[in-house]
Amino acid sequence: MAATITPIDSERDRKRRLEDHDHGSGRRPPNDKNDKRTGGGDDGDNWNNRPQGRRGPREKLGRYRLAIFFALAGDLMFFIAIVSAFFVSQASGRYDAYNNYINQWLPTTVPPILWLNTATLIISSATIEIARRRMFQETHAMEEWLGIGKPTSKRAIPWLTATIVLGLLFLTGQWLAWNQLHLQRVFMRTNPSSHFFFLITGVHAVHLFLGIAALMAALIGLYRSRQLENRQILVDCSAWYWHSMGIFWLFLFTLLAFFQ
Amino acid sequence: MTPQPGTPISNPSAIIPKRARRVFTTDHHTIGIQYLILALVSVIIGTTLSLHMRIHLSWPQLNIERILPGSYLAIMTVHGTIMLFFVLTTAPQSGFGNLILPAQIGARRMALPLINALSFWLTALALVILCSSAFTDAGSPLSGWTAYPPLSAVASAGPGQGLGLDLWLFSIAIFGIAATMSSINTLVTIIRFRCEGMTWDRLPLTVWGWFTAALLSILAFSVLLAALVLLFCDRHAGTSFFIPTGNLVNGVIHSTSHPGNGSPLLWLHLFWFFGHPEVYIAILPGMGLTSMILANFSRRRVFAYRTMITTTLLIGLLGILVWGHHMFVAGLSPFATSAFSISSIAIAIPASAKVISWLATTWRSRPHYTTPMLFALGFVSLFITGGLTGPILAQPILDQYLHNTFFVVAHFHLIMAMSGIFGLFAATYYWFPLITATTTKPGRLMSEALGRWHFWTTLIGAYATFIPMHLTGLAGEPRHYSQLAGIPNAAGQLIANLRPLNSFITHAAIFLACAQIFFLVNLVKSLKNGAVAPQNPWHATTLEWHPSLATNSTVAASNEKIAVYRSPCEYMGPEPESFLTQWDTDSPIHSNRE
Repeated sequence: MAATITPIDSERDRKRRLEDHDHGSGRRPPNDKNDKRTGGGDDGDNWNNRPQGRRGPREKLGRYRLAIFFALAGDLMFFIAIVSAFFVSQASGRYDAYNNYINQWLPTTVPPILWLNTATLIISSATIEIARRRMFQETHAMEEWLGIGKPTSKRAIPWLTATIVLGLLFLTGQWLAWNQLHLQRVFMRTNPSSHFFFLITGVHAVHLFLGIAALMAALIGLYRSRQLENRQILVDCSAWYWHSMGIFWLFLFTLLAFFQ
Repeated sequence: MTPQPGTPISNPSAIIPKRARRVFTTDHHTIGIQYLILALVSVIIGTTLSLHMRIHLSWPQLNIERILPGSYLAIMTVHGTIMLFFVLTTAPQSGFGNLILPAQIGARRMALPLINALSFWLTALALVILCSSAFTDAGSPLSGWTAYPPLSAVASAGPGQGLGLDLWLFSIAIFGIAATMSSINTLVTIIRFRCEGMTWDRLPLTVWGWFTAALLSILAFSVLLAALVLLFCDRHAGTSFFIPTGNLVNGVIHSTSHPGNGSPLLWLHLFWFFGHPEVYIAILPGMGLTSMILANFSRRRVFAYRTMITTTLLIGLLGILVWGHHMFVAGLSPFATSAFSISSIAIAIPASAKVISWLATTWRSRPHYTTPMLFALGFVSLFITGGLTGPILAQPILDQYLHNTFFVVAHFHLIMAMSGIFGLFAATYYWFPLITATTTKPGRLMSEALGRWHFWTTLIGAYATFIPMHLTGLAGEPRHYSQLAGIPNAAGQLIANLRPLNSFITHAAIFLACAQIFFLVNLVKSLKNGAVAPQNPWHATTLEWHPSLATNSTVAASNEKIAVYRSPCEYMGPEPESFLTQWDTDSPIHSNRE
């Protein structure tokens, strides 16, 4: 904190070339090792106390990451609300005219294909993580910064595509699971438990669908966007979203499979 | 690609016509003004609806526009929804948040401009969808802004409960998504875009208000969205999340097609988990602004600045733990009622700390009674008056009697609606130079004479309207009744006795609405012909008046470094000219540190 009370002038100079669309945070190598002075605890050591636009090549990325984490925190609340409704409904019965306690909750047996789907989603999390890390591999990022092709994107594209395919596989698997239940005459309206089965898998599928849209946007971005930084942001943010949807699914699946 | 600070947005949008570019802009200043215009339109609609209700209650024989009991409830629903969401949530949080927040933390723009623009247009879409419900065959929904099931879950429960309520659901869902996006933008801006030297304890209290309100929005609107999804499924997918067994509506049992024993109480929990924080989302920015304005015109530091930061966060935290106090008459377990009662009364502690700070800041300071100062003092006054009934209603045993009476209406209109609106008026008068300034035109001040007329008439109107409602409520006048005449028996006699007082309330409400003509005239006049504002007209210390951050600054896009060297509110005595702004370097404190 001490560093911020008396800012040093040399630190504050922003070398911006506005006519060139340079806002001062780019135009340095995408390599934050040279300039990383974090972790010491002395004056001037704290990266965040440095002026905006001078906090290293990952400043813009950090901003978008923060945004996606806030969004995911909200999303977590969305699922928490639904899960708490699940437990409330499960526990709520009534007394009929003859004083019998009636609880209409009949546990829905999870179709076995969901185990396969879960495995698919876990693998897709691994593939998107590989793609994400390839965007940040330092030698390739440096090559790209020097103008030698787009090696990071080239090496990330196959993994990103694989994630999209796996995601689509997962959604198809979910659709098959719904069909299997329908064949067993279990529909959304059948029973309080089936309400929640279809609701939870449904809203999660909507989230995954949005995730696939984000991945596709990232894929298009890898081809179209000329700035490495923007491509990194696209892949990175959709990867964090994808991971979170995977973790959410693990919780929701555990709930559906073992807590009926 | 996001537009960079200072770079005129030229290249990517060259194909888009100039006028469309000005409307669909990502510039935070324009978006802020768009939000304020949206709120102004909404508040005019909302006020008109409330006058309809009052006139119908007092003089049912006039029967304006043939108000049936159903349409009375529809008017009430749209009034509540518009005022809560589109006025009290958007104007302080997104409107002034966009206009003022970046400059107050020393930034030249918001962090996520595209998200920002998208969230405004989604909000506008939500308003259009909500209003369109009035033009469907059966009209707007009847179930209030709280949409309690099982009536809201069954389309045959009333005229507007079919398509009308579906439109309401869509509107609020879209609004919630937009509000969440806007809050994410606010949070990222505050966390990442503070200029050098802007440490957390140097942030103006307005920024703390926006910050806390944004945190609450993210938590609350997500839960509301989940509740809306469940309600939608109950209406269209044959589920029974909220529909109990044997649900009898209009002589038809509705649970045969819905298995299971859903719980309307579950909706109440989910809704009020959103609904109570929503109240604080509306009021927290106003609280922060009140602190800053009182300090500025008293030429004093804010009393106990750090405590004020703490109380802001504490009110936010307690605000998400008290939702049950809206449900005392809904059949909660007595243990839950006690817990919610205790946490609700606990809010009195940070709230009183705030009031003490406001009083201590102004105490014997010989304030300059400008219009913004008057409205800030009005905020304090209304906050105390409305707040004092809070601990009364937070006691389950008293709430049992008062909950469905006008006492509650009086309580929340004073503390939330009137305080909130006074905060908005204070903000408008205070920041008008920044609202009106463009790079080519100077900022203008609003007329002080008209402003004073506006303040005193509004204050009198507000108290005259809402104080007597406490009395009618205590006497037993129920809420949500479209007609108070013609009730048989002793209850009818009781209500009939209240008719003179009710007629007075209606007159006062009309007076209160007419008082706003001063404001509208002032607004229109000052936009073109107001006195040209100097650089820092109120001799304020915060960064929004920094010469190169102010909106009319031609050097706004310059390379000038923005840095902060001190806390806000460093005034050196009562003379308006002697003060140190946050960006002043020549100070004893600074040289000591060197």
